[in-house]
Amino acid sequence: MTAPAESAAAALLEVRDLTKYFPRRGRTFGRAPDPVRAVDGVSFHVMPGETLGLVGESGCGKTTTGRTILRLIEPTSGSVRFDGRDVLALRGGDLRRLRRRMQIVFQDPFSSLNPRMTVGAIVREGLTIHRVAEGAEADRRVRQLLEEVGLRAEYATRYPHEFSGGQRQRVGIARALSVEPSFIVCDEPVSALDVSVQAQVINLLSDLQRDRGLAYLFIAHDLAVVEHIADRVAVMYLGHIVESAAAQDLYREPLMPYTQALLSAVPVPDPAASRERIILQGDVPSPAHPPTGCVFHPRCQHPAKDAACARLVPPLEEKAPGHFVACIKQTPTAVSWEQQQEAGGTRPPERFLPLAALHTTPPRTAAP
Amino acid sequence: MSAERGLGFARSWRRLPPGARVAAGVIALFVLGAVFAPWLTRYRPWEQLGIVTLQSLPPSWAHPFGTDRYSRDVLTRILYGARVSLAIATLAVFVSSTVGTLYGAVAGYAGGAVDAVMMRIIDAFLSIPRVLLLIAVLALWSPLPLAALVLLIGLTGWFDVARLVRGQAMALRQREFVVAARSLGARPAAIVWRHIIPNVLSPVVVAGALAVGNVIILEAGLSFLGIGVHEPIASWGTMFQDAAEQFVSTWWAVIFPGVAIVATVLAFNTLGDALRDVLDPRQLPGRPALDPQERAHG
Amino acid sequence: MAEPLLAIENLRTYFYTTAGVARAVDGLSLTVAPGETVGVVGESGCGKSVTALSILRLVAPPGRIETGSRIVFEGRDLLGLDERGMRAIRGNRIAMVFQEPMTALNPVFTVGDQVAEVARIHAGASRAAAWKRAVEMLDRVGIPAPDERAREYPHQLSGGMRQRVMIAMALVMQPALLIADEPTTALDVTIQAQILELLTELQNQFGMSVLLITHDLGVVAETASRVVVMYGGEAVEEAPVVDLFAHAHHPYTRGLLAAMPRLGTSRGRLQTIPGTVPAPTDWPAGCRFRDRCASAWERCEREHPDLSAVGERQFSRCHLAAEPARRAAGSTPAAREVPA
Repeated sequence: MTAPAESAAAALLEVRDLTKYFPRRGRTFGRAPDPVRAVDGVSFHVMPGETLGLVGESGCGKTTTGRTILRLIEPTSGSVRFDGRDVLALRGGDLRRLRRRMQIVFQDPFSSLNPRMTVGAIVREGLTIHRVAEGAEADRRVRQLLEEVGLRAEYATRYPHEFSGGQRQRVGIARALSVEPSFIVCDEPVSALDVSVQAQVINLLSDLQRDRGLAYLFIAHDLAVVEHIADRVAVMYLGHIVESAAAQDLYREPLMPYTQALLSAVPVPDPAASRERIILQGDVPSPAHPPTGCVFHPRCQHPAKDAACARLVPPLEEKAPGHFVACIKQTPTAVSWEQQQEAGGTRPPERFLPLAALHTTPPRTAAP
Repeated sequence: MSAERGLGFARSWRRLPPGARVAAGVIALFVLGAVFAPWLTRYRPWEQLGIVTLQSLPPSWAHPFGTDRYSRDVLTRILYGARVSLAIATLAVFVSSTVGTLYGAVAGYAGGAVDAVMMRIIDAFLSIPRVLLLIAVLALWSPLPLAALVLLIGLTGWFDVARLVRGQAMALRQREFVVAARSLGARPAAIVWRHIIPNVLSPVVVAGALAVGNVIILEAGLSFLGIGVHEPIASWGTMFQDAAEQFVSTWWAVIFPGVAIVATVLAFNTLGDALRDVLDPRQLPGRPALDPQERAHG
Repeated sequence: MAEPLLAIENLRTYFYTTAGVARAVDGLSLTVAPGETVGVVGESGCGKSVTALSILRLVAPPGRIETGSRIVFEGRDLLGLDERGMRAIRGNRIAMVFQEPMTALNPVFTVGDQVAEVARIHAGASRAAAWKRAVEMLDRVGIPAPDERAREYPHQLSGGMRQRVMIAMALVMQPALLIADEPTTALDVTIQAQILELLTELQNQFGMSVLLITHDLGVVAETASRVVVMYGGEAVEEAPVVDLFAHAHHPYTRGLLAAMPRLGTSRGRLQTIPGTVPAPTDWPAGCRFRDRCASAWERCEREHPDLSAVGERQFSRCHLAAEPARRAAGSTPAAREVPA
């Protein structure tokens, strides 16, 4: 679980330097404008049965990453290996067979189900495509799957619009499970749901993982949800992974300034808590014109931030066991002080950990 | 769970404004009249009842719509003519809707070069005026069996449907349930058949209802010119042709078929318009009234 | 006690649809004092957004505010005003900020025009004066280079910027009450933090009251001083914010608090509220939450509970107020567990 990427030999999914640039139209005779760098050199791995959380705000590239891994979007470059096989080189029948092993659950329960198909037909589609089961056997499996996700088997004859958001999301999960995958990309599966329903679906996903040995890539912007379900978490910003660590480590001791700001921005349901928040200035830059050097540097509040941050692209370094951070100013760093000075650096790296901004005050012991 | 069962057809019916329900009633009336014609009238449409004494009779109890100059009962010919006119129109529209939907769905889903080529082909066809083409072909090969006429009209009228469906298909391609089907490993043909086509049917139905009206007029015009339905088969258009010269003296032989055409076309147009309001927004993927929290979060 | 700025009494807003009568808001009463921030919390279908629209009488047919409802603002019953009277209030004394700035802003006018329009309508300002005020307001809401930005169109701005523009539009006339309907739900969490901080700052500067409608308990904890929890078209709990989070009374409130995953807590199963929200056309008889409540007993089916006091300024619509011993053992705890 904490093995560094290079020796993740037993990894179920291994992604290296994945990039996806979306070209933009230009004038006929002018230069084409810069492409949108949705995913810009992302590397990570997922072990069998574990959950890797992928967090970030809108435009950071997490959804594109998820879809690119499954080749629902074709990557610009990079490599994706699933169970040792090169996903990007597969064609036709081989790719189709691979699709059984890697599935996806979508965010929007209202548009991820075909409104003209019954719920049973939606869940059965995978069985038909891969000739897993036909006729009565297929019906039996569909009923089984519906019950497994907490829906009644007789719902198979109903249409999606007859269900609530949470129930539709369960149908989507049943659909993904129908082909018996070992890995599921969960693309913001609970973001569009009410809080009480969110909890139900999150519990369901955990149970399914335990019962079926599934691995998840759990994409979300809600940090509390991710902390709850993920074993490891990677934080994305403008197409880059800027920090990745075991979930508890990340939340207890975030080392990347962006992660620190992100965590401090999450509203905490405890009015008695007082903390100084880190409020980031300005908006997220456009992924078509990412800043030079470290993509976060214009909004960064690290006390040692200087001109070197605008020149040097920070490598993802292991600053604590299993804890990778892309920041040249956060100690320890292998980017030497001399190198930084050559790039115009004026402030030496230091350890910046604004814990006061992250955690609530200790719980009060007074009885209600 | 709050919404009704099934695909909501019952709810759609309830939402039709009164004008559209009347229209549907009118169409039903004509259809029933056409189907039950042999029981509704004891004459046959070609039957000349007495060329000397019974020709060109004005409306009376025995002949509510009068007789034409060949002493055939006009009401009978309208009822049997309904069979011909409605059948030709609905079948032709069925042909054009089917061809257009398939063509448009494939082009829209495929996108890229395939789509570009397929659309240019349509553009080429559209540069030829439909009526002139029909007249040319029909005049050369008249008389044509009815089936051929239906096919010809159908095959010259699918281009607009194709364009319409292509636009819808391109939008649908991005919907998540289509992406889901791809992620399951479905082949493109299966996706087009199971996911794209069922979701483009609403606008096709609307366009079809309006097209039926157009084809009725088209067929009437062609038959009037003598190149559509030919004698002795009765259609509303041939009835015009027979009686047009003597419009002033035997107005009933012209007015009644005319009223039938106008009523039917008006009914189909009204129904089509109302269907457009009722079917499309309700049946689009997604719920009509979204609660703020259940829209996609940031 | 001072006169409340806004007093809603027994508000009932019903929608007469072909599927039946949807009782979206069914007897809601709440007050907002001058300078206070009241949070209205609930999930979809509870009627909170309809409440906001009802205050400004923006509810479209087939919706209708039923007789017997009263909305008293600055001493006057808004439901007795004619349309002209309401127009003088909207944007002027009561302003509203919506969830989706992209759809709430007109795409064919510059943002400066849209902010200026408010001044022109309500203050009768000239074009030049209104524009000047618009730029001032854009500056006040923290938009950099406001005179340039004022000339831009909504689609040229980011989500956070657009929300600031909406806030500027709302505050041009320095209203006494700002209704914010899920103002940050569509925004990223770092932008959300910026906007919430801005709202607090502006509230202090202008001395206005805020009615904040949201589903996010975290947002409420940070910004509100009093909270009303809605379920089934009515208020089920009302309390000062500290009391609500420290010792919530109503089982629904407790369920919500327990179901939220929170930063800094250990992993484990989340407590859930079984079942789903009933449809507004079909509220259950008796207590509307009973089908999902672990503590329900036959009284809950028979008798619709009233709001009763369960603390100094805390009210709960639950029979447990009268019979606390009936609370199910092992049901969701009142206060959050100690973080791991």
